Amino acid sequence: MDFLHGLRVVEPANEQEVSAALLCANRDGLAVIPRGGGTKLDWGNPPARAGLILSTARLNRIIEHAWADLTVTVEAGCTVADLQHALAIRGQRLALDALWPERATVGGILSVNDSGALRLTYGGLRDLIIGITLVLADGTIARSGGKVVKNVAGYDLPKLATGALGTLGVITQAIFRLHPLPRNTRTLTLDCADIDSAQALLLTLQGSNVAHTALQVRLGGSMAPKMDILLEGTDAGMEAQEARIRGLARVTLIEKGDTSIWRAREELTAGGAFSKLSVLPANIATTVSAIERTGDPEWYAVFYANGIGWLSLNAPLNELRVEVEAGGGSLFVLRRSPAQARMDTWGETGDALPLMRAIKSQFDPNGTLNPGRFAGGI
Amino acid sequence: MSSTLLAPAILDELRSVVDPRGLLTARDELRTYECDGLTNFRVAPGAVALPVSTEQVQALVRICHRARIPFVARGAGTGLSGGALPTAGGLLISLARMNRILEVDLPNARVVVEPGVINQEVTAKIAHARYFYAPDPSSQSVCSIGGNVAENSGGAHCLKYGFTTTHVLALEVVLPDGSLVHIGKKTPDAPGFDLPGIFVGSEGTLGIATRITLRIVKRPECIQTLLAAFHSTNEAGAAVSGIIAAGMLPAAIELMDNLAIHAAEAAVHAHYPDCGGLLLVELDGPEAEVRALMEQVGQICRDHGAWEIRVAQTETERTLVWKGRKAAFASVGRISPNYLVQDGVIPRTMLPEVLNEIERMGAESGLRVANVFHAGDGNLHPLVLYDSRIPGQESAAMAVSEKILELCIEKGGSITGEHGVGVEKKHMMSKMFAEPDLQTMQRVRCAFDPLQLSNPAKIFPRPRLCGERAGEYKPHSVEVAGLAERF
Ligand SMILES: Cc1cc2nc3c(=O)[nH]c(=O)nc-3n(C[C@H](O)[C@H](O)[C@H](O)COP(=O)(O)OP(=O)(O)OC[C@H]3O[C@@H](n4cnc5c(N)ncnc54)[C@H](O)[C@@H]3O)c2cc1C
Repeated sequence: MDFLHGLRVVEPANEQEVSAALLCANRDGLAVIPRGGGTKLDWGNPPARAGLILSTARLNRIIEHAWADLTVTVEAGCTVADLQHALAIRGQRLALDALWPERATVGGILSVNDSGALRLTYGGLRDLIIGITLVLADGTIARSGGKVVKNVAGYDLPKLATGALGTLGVITQAIFRLHPLPRNTRTLTLDCADIDSAQALLLTLQGSNVAHTALQVRLGGSMAPKMDILLEGTDAGMEAQEARIRGLARVTLIEKGDTSIWRAREELTAGGAFSKLSVLPANIATTVSAIERTGDPEWYAVFYANGIGWLSLNAPLNELRVEVEAGGGSLFVLRRSPAQARMDTWGETGDALPLMRAIKSQFDPNGTLNPGRFAGGI
Repeated sequence: MSSTLLAPAILDELRSVVDPRGLLTARDELRTYECDGLTNFRVAPGAVALPVSTEQVQALVRICHRARIPFVARGAGTGLSGGALPTAGGLLISLARMNRILEVDLPNARVVVEPGVINQEVTAKIAHARYFYAPDPSSQSVCSIGGNVAENSGGAHCLKYGFTTTHVLALEVVLPDGSLVHIGKKTPDAPGFDLPGIFVGSEGTLGIATRITLRIVKRPECIQTLLAAFHSTNEAGAAVSGIIAAGMLPAAIELMDNLAIHAAEAAVHAHYPDCGGLLLVELDGPEAEVRALMEQVGQICRDHGAWEIRVAQTETERTLVWKGRKAAFASVGRISPNYLVQDGVIPRTMLPEVLNEIERMGAESGLRVANVFHAGDGNLHPLVLYDSRIPGQESAAMAVSEKILELCIEKGGSITGEHGVGVEKKHMMSKMFAEPDLQTMQRVRCAFDPLQLSNPAKIFPRPRLCGERAGEYKPHSVEVAGLAERF
């Protein structure tokens, strides 16, 4: 990321210092690039300007784990793994399987709205975050939401900041609702003949009352689809569900997979270029055909049952994007191959773009925070 | 004070947008629209428009925008915070006639509806395929999806399934200047800001939703509801903590105190045990799982002093149990001439402490307080009973009600869990949030509605001056060209 090369880095120790740093940068016309673990600084478009890196490395405390209330208040620079370790002591977790948890921070995963296989059951970060502290470009420190899981007092700024790529304010603190760690888990893996049968089985399972926690399909240019199903709960419950799945899948050969399979998305991202897709669950097979039509046999993908998928592919993606968007979906080019170098990360924002720009203008009129990295040039 | 804002020429213009029955101006017709479910606040609108299409809503809003007339959207008018309270002399836009279910997509578990569709009709439409729409406010047989969206309404089963906001994927919205935007998509994570996330729960202040894409949920294999009778709400509250601590996520956990039980019994004969604290726990999922966990829930309840436990197994038994709970607000009318409903939230662990304090406050002011609430997520609904014919009781009731909210804030909670701020709790917002917090929220308001015409004077105690729209964000020319400066 050569645009960040040689930039000054500030590492504030608290939100007042974040506020002071932003105030100065904003006044002096320095564009600020907030940084957590630095794992996704190349996501989004390259910034139009960059004058300063604001690191949340020192804002890494877990402020309060109210375990009996199943909530946690944590600073933005805390890594996901550190947070999960602390929560596990009380048998709890943030029910989200983030990418690179050892390095990714709470502020970072919120800003890119990261989510994995568990989202099917527990929702995404927008559904797990209940409170936020944001520091705006002009230094304003603003809190929204709170410590209770149910709360409709005022606008839901935690959701607005989630997935905003740090363009509205720097997240310094977040409050999450938590879930208990599962008593037992079981992973089943089964082979599908082709993508059409994988698609059909996925819809059958989603339309059944099997209560699987997660479901993913892994496939590639040289790999027939494999489906992984995660069960959680009591032994009796899992036993009954496994039997049900065997019946619906009409296969006898189901291996008990190992849990590392749920990090398939992470493996995929190790190979260079990758993109995120969001399509309708029933459109996964047609999306795969469109992927095949790029003509590049070297592809590999993981699709979750909610239609969110991760794709490793080096070929140009323009036509795939057009098809995905026509079907009501989105394609995000997160790490580009040389053939994708000029692609916009985000794609079509539709008629809501003027409204998004108006929001940006209200929060950050000078374009101080991550200018140009977000959708529609925001 | 009537129709001062609406000159005859404007009324003619509005009338030309809708059909002849689509604009109400007669005094007695307007009376129905003077208030929502919070009946002690009443204001007459200048006129009521009943559009039947997005285009009509747009045309109405454009007229308002041009003539600077404030407008308020209204669904079914069951709101409990005065959200649909008209602006004096302004235009009230009722979405009641936009009530079609436009699309049902079972493979993708999505439904597209117009805002006037009644909550329960969504589930009715898809029940044949064993799907349901999860958010289930007690008012679900009468309230509209548009109102649910505006309030981010909850319901007993939101403990497991999430509130309205979790189930709204996309919206078509008429902005306060009359323009139309499509926010969110049929698929999650649409590029750009999470605009559905900010629109849901904005109480009609950011524009009018004219089309809504909802997520629906498959009915679980097995549903069981347990009723446990305790001597006190304290014991019942402790059992709730026990259930949560055991790592379970029930579909619903509801609690009623003795006064609420009596009211519900009088109204619907749900055959509740006569006890100090009644706990209602619903588990759903695969049958084997539900059976195993229900045993444990029963044991936890007994350990905390439950003296009677029943499990409703059949659909009829369950329906009766829920009928009693859902009728609780209305049935309080059977035991008291008047009452105020509150909607505070506290961290679950504070339940026993806060319930004791509420009882003490009631006793101190000589009023009875009935409690019926979503115990699983700490959302209290104290019902402060009074008799308006007795001088001083109404104001005493309002004082108790407000003190309860202050207590919720003090315990780290919120002044509203699902009914919204509206007009009723505006002044409490400054007790819960600092001024910069409220000003920051209103930056969103300024982006959507710089003239503050859409449901003005709600939510925020002090409106923010937005300035002109000239401040619209314009990307720097180098950004447009996509050229990053190198350092
Ligand atoms: C007996 C009773 C029980 C209740 N139980 C619950 C409960 O369990 N949970 C709960 O959450 N609430 C409950 N409520 C409150 C109420 O039913 C909900 O707030 C409901 O969502 C309001 O819907 P409505 O259609 O009546 O909206 P209205 O009251 O007409 O309007 C509510 C708000 O929505 C706005 N609005 C309406 N339509 C639109 C639109 N299309 N676009 C933008 N804004 C719009 C209005 O301007 C207003 O601010 C209860 C109310 C009663 C009377």
